[in-house]
Amino acid sequence: MDGQSERLKQDLARLSPSMRGKALWQLGGLTALDDVGALWLVGNSAGRHTADTPPQFRVLLQQAERAGKVAQSGRRRPDLLLPFVMLGNAGLHVLDHLRFGISLLGQIVIDLGRATRWPREFPLRELSANIFRSGVTALPVTMLVGFLVGVVLTYLSALQLKSYGADLLVINIVSVGVARELGPMLASIIAAGRSGSTMTAQLGVMRVTEEIEALQVMGISVTGRLVLPKVLGLAIAMPLVSFATDIAALGGGMLAAKVVLGIEFNAFLEALPRVLDVAHFWIGIGKSVVFGFAVAFVACHYGLRIRPNTESLGAGVTRSVVAAITAVILLDAIFAILLRNVP
Amino acid sequence: MTTSPASPATTDLVIDIRGLRNEVAGSVLHRDLDLAVRRDEVMTLVGGSGSGKTQLLRIIIGLKAPAAGLVSVLGVSLTGDGLMEVRAARRRMGMLFQNGALYSAFNVFDNIAFPLRERGGLDEDTIRAVVHAKLEQVELEPQHARLLPANLSGGMVKRVALARALALSPELLILDEPTAGLDPDRSESFVRLIKMLRAQQRFAVLMVTHDLDTLYDLSDRIAVLADQHIIACGPLDEVRRLPHRFVQNFFGGDRALRCFDGSAIV
Repeated sequence: MDGQSERLKQDLARLSPSMRGKALWQLGGLTALDDVGALWLVGNSAGRHTADTPPQFRVLLQQAERAGKVAQSGRRRPDLLLPFVMLGNAGLHVLDHLRFGISLLGQIVIDLGRATRWPREFPLRELSANIFRSGVTALPVTMLVGFLVGVVLTYLSALQLKSYGADLLVINIVSVGVARELGPMLASIIAAGRSGSTMTAQLGVMRVTEEIEALQVMGISVTGRLVLPKVLGLAIAMPLVSFATDIAALGGGMLAAKVVLGIEFNAFLEALPRVLDVAHFWIGIGKSVVFGFAVAFVACHYGLRIRPNTESLGAGVTRSVVAAITAVILLDAIFAILLRNVP
Repeated sequence: MTTSPASPATTDLVIDIRGLRNEVAGSVLHRDLDLAVRRDEVMTLVGGSGSGKTQLLRIIIGLKAPAAGLVSVLGVSLTGDGLMEVRAARRRMGMLFQNGALYSAFNVFDNIAFPLRERGGLDEDTIRAVVHAKLEQVELEPQHARLLPANLSGGMVKRVALARALALSPELLILDEPTAGLDPDRSESFVRLIKMLRAQQRFAVLMVTHDLDTLYDLSDRIAVLADQHIIACGPLDEVRRLPHRFVQNFFGGDRALRCFDGSAIV
């Protein structure tokens, strides 16, 4: 067909311009014609045809002619204002997120107040389930990562310190770094990817299957029933997971210190209370509580904003994880500034 | 036939909507919409696709705030009264969602027990007894109580959802396409079940359906949503005479006439 159409085109091109305008397609013997064929005929010699064209193909040619015109007129010119419109839309989008986030936070505070006033109404089972899911089941992976990071951190620090003969300082670096920064950060980032994505997806699916609407119709507070146990659960579980990560990371550090610098386990453990001020430990634990709250809050925020369609669900989960990790790093930076004078 | 709220005293109305204006994404979906549902009736809301039936239901169950107008459900103004009053009113109504909206993490028993537990003040023995009574009412067996929603057939999901909607003995039941997705047999038995439960428990019903058989079998009055408001509200034989294109297309078909005249449809 390609060869034939090319030959026909060449034949048409050989005609003088005046003749080309009068050329007609003789389609009397036509047995089949599809949309692309009709558009080709319309594009060449405007689809003019002889009277013996079968009626069904006439209709197709007319449609092709109209469709060609619509397609031409539908071509959009580049809009110079588009970047500004997009910028404005992005700004409005951010404002919308902010407004939703503030109202969700306010609702959580109200529900927390209700829970303290009427503790019997508080969904304790949900809370304990959340602590188990985001705390206990997260332990293996966070402790493994903590252990490996402890090994790597100690190994790299030891190599540098060895050259200065300051071997024992490795205990200071590892213990303070782990208890104050790495433990809470590692645990929170893993929680954002693990528990945060689960929370967003769970709320999103509940939106898709109208389970959230069903709760609302029953007169049950969605934040009180679904968000509060998640946020409180992770805020309680996070310091515990963070503590376990600290221990695993210090264990890894101890092992690496023995292998690289020959520091015995006993010596490491004896030095630990001397070099690690208890304030560092409490700062780490305090930060974990805030990180846990933030990760669950961001996850629920995105989960409740999911529209009832699959595209929104996937995009919502991705955004939730990215935003939760960003929030953790941002909060960590704020803590670093606020607590800069603490030893 | 009337297009304004029904004449009986307001206390007899379970739903009373006056001058409702509703906007979606900046365009007007409903304007000057009035609807009144009485305590003793089954009101069916019909309208073409895109006419805003679901949006109207969302307003009635309080999931969406109207742009203007008064919406009162079970004597509580959704637009004027406080959150606690509105929540209390919601506990006096039940809703059957089109796809059931059962909590997928809970089994059948916990789904039905959920509103009872949330209501508070009931011990676990009472809750267990009420759940089993509700299961029997919707013609399910006690052994179904342990199944998860994922293991139920479409008809069973509807029955469990109905049992959950009726758990707190509501005064108003809202049915969104109750027989959608059911084969004619199951659809007929589901309608029979609702009729039977209504005879026992005397709740008012607001139903949205496209299924003419369900509509003929259950409805006391029909409200037609078209041209952004309720164009007609009354008994079936009045409404179907309305010279409106949607009404004539919806009720005027050959099949519908035969059904209305009482001749059997096979």
